[in-house]
Amino acid sequence: MNIVGLIVMSVGLFFLGVSSVGLFRLPGFFARVHAVSKSETLGIALVLGGLMIHDGVSLVSFKLALIVVFVAIANPVAAHLLTRAAVRTGILPVSRPPAFASDPNAPPANPNDAARGK
Amino acid sequence: MNEFTIAASVVVFITATLFWRIVLGPSVYNRLLATGAVGTNAIALLAITGFIFERPEMFVDLALTYALLNFIGTVAAAKYLENHPDEVDRTVETP
Repeated sequence: MNIVGLIVMSVGLFFLGVSSVGLFRLPGFFARVHAVSKSETLGIALVLGGLMIHDGVSLVSFKLALIVVFVAIANPVAAHLLTRAAVRTGILPVSRPPAFASDPNAPPANPNDAARGK
Repeated sequence: MNEFTIAASVVVFITATLFWRIVLGPSVYNRLLATGAVGTNAIALLAITGFIFERPEMFVDLALTYALLNFIGTVAAAKYLENHPDEVDRTVETP
């Protein structure tokens, strides 16, 4: 029981680290939202699930399950509201990687680049 | 020094890297997103801290309250920025 809980918690920590790397490395706001909203939710669910397995059937496990359910609802909703506010206030996605910018045979420019003054 | 201390250290390290995005930006939305991720990591950190001190029945309540407050803060900031587009700095993001 103890080992299983620790393994589940380690997998959850891995997913939290994946979301952190995604927030650090991905280009543009919308790609970062995509990294955070899904990976954070799965990571927090697995970490708290590992704690639930470690603790067994108790009131603490029930409250941890409540946190998991709430985060699974609230985290995507918060990410969606942030993305909707960003779209409605004129934030544009980063559309092309920098390798294409200096390539003469690159595909035609995205209209979003012209809107951003490139 | 048990296994929960190691897990809490990992969560603290992951959260510390998120502060880089809060400082860099480049717009208010990236900062808000990273702040929400820090709050979500803080929930896990609070729950693990309860098991470190062997009093999870107290820290779990704190984690539940923090989850509610984190969600309300993000929603309030998003709704405010949606209704006040003049306060958004539209910095062009480079990949």
